[in-house]
Amino acid sequence: MLRPLTSHIREDRRPLSLKEYEKLGGYEAVRKVFKSMTPQAVQQLVKDSNLRGRGGAGFSTGLKWSFVPLDAPQPKYLICNADEMEPGTFKDRLLLESAPHQLIEGMILAAFAIQADTSYVFLRWAYKDAAKAIIHAIHEASDAGYLGDNILGTDFSLHMHLHTGVGRYICGEETALLNSLEGKRATPRSKPPFPQVSGLFGKPTIVNNVETLSCLPHIVNYGADWFQKLSRTGDAGTKIYGVSGKVKRPGLWELPMGVTLRELLEDYAGGMWDGHTFRGALPGGASTDFLVEQHLDVKMDYGSVAAAGSRLGTGTVIVLDDKTSVVGFVKNLIHFFAQESCGFCTPCREGLPWIEKILHALENERGQRGDLKILEQHTRLLGPGNTFCALAPGAMEPLQSALKYFRKDFEQYIAAYATPCRSGLMNR
Amino acid sequence: MATIIIDCKTYEVPLGKNVLETCLNLGFDVPYFCWHPGLGSVGACRQCAVKVFKDADDKKGRLVMSCMEPVVHNQHLAVHDADTIDFRKQVIEWLMTNHPHDCAVCDEGGSCHLQDMTVMTGHHERRFTFNKRTYKNQDLGPFLNHEMNRCIQCYRCVRFYKDYAGGKDLDAYASKNNVYFGRAEDGVLENEFSGNLAEICPTGVFTDKTLKEHYTRKWDLTMSPSICQHCSVGCNTIAGERYGALRMIHNRFHEKINGYFLCDRGRFGYEFVNAENRIKQPSINGDVVERTELETRLEKIMKSAKVIGIGSPRASLQSNFALKTLVGEDNFYHGVSDHEHDLAELAVRILKDGPVRTPSTKEIEKSDAIFVLGEDLTNTAPIVALAVRQAVRQDLSGEPEKIHIQGWQDAARKNLQQQRKMPLYSATIHETKLDDICTSANYATPEDIARLGFAVAHCVDHNSPAPEHFPEALQVRARSIANGLLAAKNPTIISGAGCASSAVMKAAANVAIALHKNGIVVGLTYTMLECNSMGLTMIGGHRLSAAFNAVINGHADTLILLENDLFRHGSFAEVGDFLARCKNVIVLDHTKSDSTDRASVVIPAGTFAESDGIIVNNEGRAQRFFQVYESTESIQESWRWIINIGKTLQHPKLQTWQNFEDISKAMASEEPMLQNIDEVNPAVDFRIVGQRIPREPHRFSGRTSMHAHIQVSEQKPPTDDDSPLSYTMEGTRIQPPSAMIPFYWSPGWNSVQSVAKYQHEVGGSLKDGDSGIRLLEANAASSLVYFQGIPEAFVPLEHHLWIVPTYHIFGSEEMSAKSASIQKRIPTPYLLISAVDANIYHLKEQDIIKVSIANISYSFPIKINRNIPVGMAALPYGLCDAPINALPEWGIVETSPLTELHDYVRKTKVQH
Repeated sequence: MLRPLTSHIREDRRPLSLKEYEKLGGYEAVRKVFKSMTPQAVQQLVKDSNLRGRGGAGFSTGLKWSFVPLDAPQPKYLICNADEMEPGTFKDRLLLESAPHQLIEGMILAAFAIQADTSYVFLRWAYKDAAKAIIHAIHEASDAGYLGDNILGTDFSLHMHLHTGVGRYICGEETALLNSLEGKRATPRSKPPFPQVSGLFGKPTIVNNVETLSCLPHIVNYGADWFQKLSRTGDAGTKIYGVSGKVKRPGLWELPMGVTLRELLEDYAGGMWDGHTFRGALPGGASTDFLVEQHLDVKMDYGSVAAAGSRLGTGTVIVLDDKTSVVGFVKNLIHFFAQESCGFCTPCREGLPWIEKILHALENERGQRGDLKILEQHTRLLGPGNTFCALAPGAMEPLQSALKYFRKDFEQYIAAYATPCRSGLMNR
Repeated sequence: MATIIIDCKTYEVPLGKNVLETCLNLGFDVPYFCWHPGLGSVGACRQCAVKVFKDADDKKGRLVMSCMEPVVHNQHLAVHDADTIDFRKQVIEWLMTNHPHDCAVCDEGGSCHLQDMTVMTGHHERRFTFNKRTYKNQDLGPFLNHEMNRCIQCYRCVRFYKDYAGGKDLDAYASKNNVYFGRAEDGVLENEFSGNLAEICPTGVFTDKTLKEHYTRKWDLTMSPSICQHCSVGCNTIAGERYGALRMIHNRFHEKINGYFLCDRGRFGYEFVNAENRIKQPSINGDVVERTELETRLEKIMKSAKVIGIGSPRASLQSNFALKTLVGEDNFYHGVSDHEHDLAELAVRILKDGPVRTPSTKEIEKSDAIFVLGEDLTNTAPIVALAVRQAVRQDLSGEPEKIHIQGWQDAARKNLQQQRKMPLYSATIHETKLDDICTSANYATPEDIARLGFAVAHCVDHNSPAPEHFPEALQVRARSIANGLLAAKNPTIISGAGCASSAVMKAAANVAIALHKNGIVVGLTYTMLECNSMGLTMIGGHRLSAAFNAVINGHADTLILLENDLFRHGSFAEVGDFLARCKNVIVLDHTKSDSTDRASVVIPAGTFAESDGIIVNNEGRAQRFFQVYESTESIQESWRWIINIGKTLQHPKLQTWQNFEDISKAMASEEPMLQNIDEVNPAVDFRIVGQRIPREPHRFSGRTSMHAHIQVSEQKPPTDDDSPLSYTMEGTRIQPPSAMIPFYWSPGWNSVQSVAKYQHEVGGSLKDGDSGIRLLEANAASSLVYFQGIPEAFVPLEHHLWIVPTYHIFGSEEMSAKSASIQKRIPTPYLLISAVDANIYHLKEQDIIKVSIANISYSFPIKINRNIPVGMAALPYGLCDAPINALPEWGIVETSPLTELHDYVRKTKVQH
């Protein structure tokens, strides 16, 4: 089984030095591209490889790039979205901390493909080790001539900067990331215009995820077919899957795209804790719908998970067990999303705290008869298009599926303890 | 044009607009918050949801925010679809989860957009049973209340304050459902347009603090269309009264002048009307007298005396003309310093005889390059400064269109535009608040500003004279300004009376004429010092010094002074001497001043609120303001007093005049420049379906009881013989002509947002067009040649400072400076000098400098400025007793050693 993204990561996860990375064939892809490929050819290669964005949306990377007007004057920007902050998601961290040169090489390739001359790594503030590793790697790469003016003697120049955020989840939304990077409030932008035509500082910009970018050197080195064949299904490549929750061996594994949820949970995560039973799982981070028992054999790729009513998202699974309160589990997630709402649009800013308060009341056995109806309405009314960005719709995914699969868990609180009135003054 | 289908009905609508605007234009009541016609769309509030369908067969459709959705051909939309109705209702419910429902004690109540939208969406049942979020409020200074708990986070305030008005000290803070709009800490909101927050805020977060002092609901106000009296721009306002006190000033939309916004001087300067120092009774030698006694005395004086009249740039055309008629043309003098008189005449001559058109504020907003010479616009003509800011914010690069961004897509345009600005060049005596958006800001003395202007004109057209010995560095700058202007399609040159230099105004004219000769459609704007400076100039009259001479030479012994404190227009000694020499000084004014103190007869005149009148703004646009209320005291318009005097004297003309219309007609026939002035006036007998236009909303309360403490039976409301407006709530509900809209209201739209219903299309002109008539148009066959007489370059003089006037939005204008809230913002007097001069005289900031101006010694604390030219000093206009009207003038520096601050006895007119 090939693990191109992680096989060179050491046991102790210390990042490779530039020399070590080069010894393993590092930066060969850059040399190859500069020697023999046009930006269009790189774009075509990545399109052919069927690489889909690993940040969660799963959009074709090559297609995304193709919207950048290649003839537009500089500056153009390539941004690595390393603001990994969704609860239960920790896959980029591994690549950032332990394989920084792979990321930088991928960024050079992507920047070349869109002819960007400036690039930023937008990093989650808390990833301190990653910040150190990346800064060090950028310096090494610059000193070796992989970054800077006229890279490897070509006409192509690329400057790379590390930017650490201040800890807002919304900065992972690519347009909010751009506003933040410009020094503005981190609120998303309306699309169109898309960042590809008017992005950072109003210039053409591509924002790609860490894992997406890390795939690029391998696609360039080994070709589109090879990359397709890494996968077990139609969605190409390997995927770094993660599992958290009450499983015996939580962790991360780079596996062929399309392993089943059962394989992941049983073969890799070692099954549930003793005495705990699987009730469901969020397959791709906190903003995806629950999959339950009946979905254990669903292939963990974009299409199959979608067909099962959820999203592959980031591919990091959060497991729900029978000893954990469903309401509490969901409330915890909603609390996160309510906290991380940027406060720009009404439904998200006002709706999420309301949901959180209702869930809190339920959890504390102060539910009311109309509560589930209000929750259900919110899952519909905070849907895509109704809110300014995807944060609130994402937050609704675990809630709506929890209401679908675990409705009794919600109802029990109301049935037992419903009170006729719950005003602010009468809070028990 | 595009064909769109809304709720199964087909409409023809223009392209390039969003669906919200389009729906509103078609008469659909689509609720909204964050969108504003002056600010564009950002899609924050999600209130304006409608449904869009793929095609006629699509029955499901998807919700979109209509403010973010461009109109396209064959668009299928639903406004009254069940899903959209539900969603819009839900948005209100969300907003209400934290809104305090304190309408009964909220100043916004009754004119609240949030109330209107809540009713419109049908949300009426509360399901949210948890505690509400609360905030701490801030003290934002004398103009605005802050009540953040009411906030619905529509972001309009910061978008207006920061983006539109260039303010720096209001922002959105924090995040999630804790977003806070305010300052970093308590303190006065610094921007000169902060008062607009009270109108732009859709609910009661920002409300008018001066209104709170004497609060009245909108529906209880008697309101009239008025014109702002506090600078020469002539913004349209709505003035509201109850119980004989003026309660508030609101914006009255005028597409060409102020659009949706007013400056703080205009909005809050009204309180002088209610001030303690109003003149309410006629008096003779300080004793209050009955009207009959006054009339007898006046008749006696007038019959035996040699009378002259001095007019006023802050009085209406009618009052000035009536006085001129009473005393005769030979005996009528302009009540401004000779200097100011000459500057105003120069402006009128250039705009009347010259080839260059003077633009409206709206046109300035659309200019693609602007050159400001000598004017600190933010302080002398604030709304023009706001227009300049909008011009600079335009993105005419063509880039937005390339990627299909339309004009209303505010956030997208800003993201694309970034720092790209339209060119703005300025040459002023010191920094101005427009410097942050200037392509190049130059600081120089008036003489050097003029020279730079002449040099620019010469670069544009070599037939225009060039300054001699002009340094190469400045020549480069002049060339770059000239190139910037030549590259523009419709540049505007702005100058004015502000730095009291005819050379500066002439240089501006040369630049404009030179551009005109290059085939460029250029505009030329002159801002004046007072609200009717232009109008006064258009009425013939002599210079003030001639009046002084007439009395000294014994040609006259009696003065009628119209709404004027002469001490603001001449030196204290000179004016004092003049008034002392007059046997009788009869002053018609509404507010006590140094001049009324020295008058033998004082006659109580009405302020703008108690008067009808016409004034002419700096664009040459004559506009009518209507009486808001009849004062209960023996106060009446100056022109009415003068007619009365004329009648007593059986003056051949005056005794034939009965009302406002008669004076206006006489003025039209006698004053060549005011031939069309009668067109400004609606005919007194104008009616809409037989009805007058009511000054009071139909919900006006208390009519039968409000005077019950005086008389139990209901009093007959006054009748208005001067206009078609009534002083009651009865009358037509049909939209009046633009000039006569007393308030904005439409069923379901109680807030100021109802102005949309009075417009052709939202944000566009009023249905009846622009009010006012332009009296100054460019002369196509102009024979005006380039001005010569370029001043010498400024050379500092040892032991001297060249003192020029500078201005403050709060304090420099006479009447607003008497308003309580404005007084809290007036700076203490100072003299602004350069750091070099401060060193020369061993002075630190706030140290006292003694300067002798025209042989009188003055002391000022100094302010040190990095950019002001060496050898020059700036003295704030109207803040102290120094003869500001005589400036620029050399001041002899009398002291150099340090003087302690406490030695300084501040001479100020402002009584704090």
